Amino acid sequence: MNSTLLNSVLFVVLFPVFGSLFVGIAGKWLKKPLAGIIASCSVGLSFVISVFTFFSLIKLPPDLRFFDKVFFQWVPVGHFLVNFGFYVDPLSLLMIMVVSSVSFVIHLYSIGYMKDEEHFSRYFSYLNLFVASMLLLVLADNFLLLFMGWEGVGLCSYLLIGFWFHKKSAADAGRKAFIINRIGDFGFLLGILLIYHTFKSLNYNVVFSNAPLILSHGSGIATAITLLLFMGAVGKSAQLPLYVWLPDAMEGPTPVSALIHAATMVTAGVYMVARTHVLYQLSPVSMGVVAFVGIITAFYSASIGMVQFDIKRILAYSTISQLGYMFLGVGVAAYSAGIFHLMSHAFFKALLFLCAGSIMHASAGETDLRKLSGLRKYLPVTFWTMVIGALSLSGFPGTAGFFSKDDILAHAYVTPYYGKFLWGLGIITAALTSFYIFRMIFIVFWGDKQKESHPHESPKIMTFPLIILALLAIIGGYVGLPESNLIHRFLSPVFLGTAVLSSNVELKTIMVSLVFSLGGIATAWYFYLVNPSLPESMKKKAAGLYKLLLNKYFVDEIYERIFVLPGRKLSSFFADVFDAKYIDGAVNETGKWIKTNSEQWRKIHTGYLRNYALIILIGGILLLGFLMTKIH
Amino acid sequence: MIPIKLYLVLSGVLFVIGTSGVLVRKNVLVMLMSVEIMLNAVNLAFVSFARYMMLPKGQVYVFFSITVAAAEVIVGLAIIISIFHKKESMDVDDMNVLKG
Repeated sequence: MNSTLLNSVLFVVLFPVFGSLFVGIAGKWLKKPLAGIIASCSVGLSFVISVFTFFSLIKLPPDLRFFDKVFFQWVPVGHFLVNFGFYVDPLSLLMIMVVSSVSFVIHLYSIGYMKDEEHFSRYFSYLNLFVASMLLLVLADNFLLLFMGWEGVGLCSYLLIGFWFHKKSAADAGRKAFIINRIGDFGFLLGILLIYHTFKSLNYNVVFSNAPLILSHGSGIATAITLLLFMGAVGKSAQLPLYVWLPDAMEGPTPVSALIHAATMVTAGVYMVARTHVLYQLSPVSMGVVAFVGIITAFYSASIGMVQFDIKRILAYSTISQLGYMFLGVGVAAYSAGIFHLMSHAFFKALLFLCAGSIMHASAGETDLRKLSGLRKYLPVTFWTMVIGALSLSGFPGTAGFFSKDDILAHAYVTPYYGKFLWGLGIITAALTSFYIFRMIFIVFWGDKQKESHPHESPKIMTFPLIILALLAIIGGYVGLPESNLIHRFLSPVFLGTAVLSSNVELKTIMVSLVFSLGGIATAWYFYLVNPSLPESMKKKAAGLYKLLLNKYFVDEIYERIFVLPGRKLSSFFADVFDAKYIDGAVNETGKWIKTNSEQWRKIHTGYLRNYALIILIGGILLLGFLMTKIH
Repeated sequence: MIPIKLYLVLSGVLFVIGTSGVLVRKNVLVMLMSVEIMLNAVNLAFVSFARYMMLPKGQVYVFFSITVAAAEVIVGLAIIISIFHKKESMDVDDMNVLKG
């Protein structure tokens, strides 16, 4: 690859940065669609550069597809040196292509979705800044730069969840997301510091090439580093127990949920684990933790998703569940399968969210399943694209989700430790997944139209992205067909020495999971179309379980009791008692002491000029006398 | 030739006159004039030494000193005028806002 093209990778990040600054500063004077068009173009240009880079990269032989392009010294402090550089390899290129393409279509969609929004340009400025941070996160060639992108996307997530900050619930949700991410980032930062302590460098190349030499397999330090890094991933990618912010993040505009809280930012944790897989390979304990946290989260949140009524929340729990699958993938050393699922999930989940946005657009912002029905005839494009998204999510044969999810499950099946358990829970989760998503589809699109509503299809600028994403949600899977598997071959230089599957096993697991996911769809069909009274009677029979699921296992309430209330009490003690009495008291007492003790001293200031002059004279004479004694 | 001693005596006398003027007079304008006398006493000593030791440097310093004194007098007078506008008085004893 020539150096001009490598240099131009900088612009992948710079275009959205410029877009964000320009739209943010000049937004006041830009007419409404223009701000959105400029923002979309800047992301589109990033996508074009990524594609060009991709095509020149695949011309090279596989083991030469690694570039560490340093642009300048970023933090040179003594022996501590961090460069501002990009790491261009198959993994980061695949990620920037997914991020920039999905971002581009969601930017387009937003132009239509947000057209009545007063702060139109502020929205696009944040959105562009998000894309820039995400691309920086993916392209970084060292842990500090990764962390900068990591925090950048967190900031944008906060800003965009709280975009309608005059609404209290939105402002609270933004804060919740930010604070919970802090907990994860605390661990992440400690992990980075431990990496520096161990390797004396933060550069990927240095760390990864030295890791097998410095750390022995299964050593405590490797486990500590990877678990601390995973703590950050748990926060950012909404896994147990730090997932609680993601369902609340749905307070933001729907395209934001699609882009940040489904397609890109929340997958940063998966990317990070895949990127640092060299370290994870050294610690079987951490790998096990990643896989188990992943699969338990997947099952847990899929079960919650079955009984929720808010379409955006169902999709949020679905996202958490699918992220769990991805972590299962990277946890069983099937890194390329995890990244493959990340990619197909980005397409179909962004699609599902944008469809949800289109439904809201059609029905005056309504998201409650109990108030939506019979929209099939009125929203034909939304209906068909959403069905494609749902099929892809539930792993219907021929869709992207089918190939990627089964890739992960097959790898889980052959894992030596607890592989059958991981696989079994994954299969059950697949059934739950197809049940909850088709429950939503059947309720929203079938049945009779609500009486007072006047649903209407969204404008072209919104349906066009739906169609593109629907196509991607289908054909995106064909890069990972079990036999040829282009994506594995493309990523294999990055993930050297990871598990390889026999197609025999894969076929077997595919058949089983197919039965389960079709079973889920059939159950949803039976429950909500054939025999609509059945869910009600089930609810009565299993009232306790239903209540538990409906209230999301009461986790929010438990956290409130354990962390939030004591935290509030402690803060109010510090604010009302400690601050008022001791901090203020110390300051006031000091002031009083000085005032009383200075009573005598102030009298030497007589206010008569000649007194001062006399003192100066005496001082001068004394000084002169002193100097004269020194001369001899 | 007049011996340097006499110049220095004159300079000293002038300095003492200036100093006692600053210390005992109440009129601000007169105090400023006294300061000028002190300055010129020092200038005189300077020139005398320069002449005595045949060093032209000292004389150059005096020119500087005179220039600076001129500038200083302007500032001083300006302050006195603005104080007079405010207080309608030239008496230093009326200017005692710094009294503790």
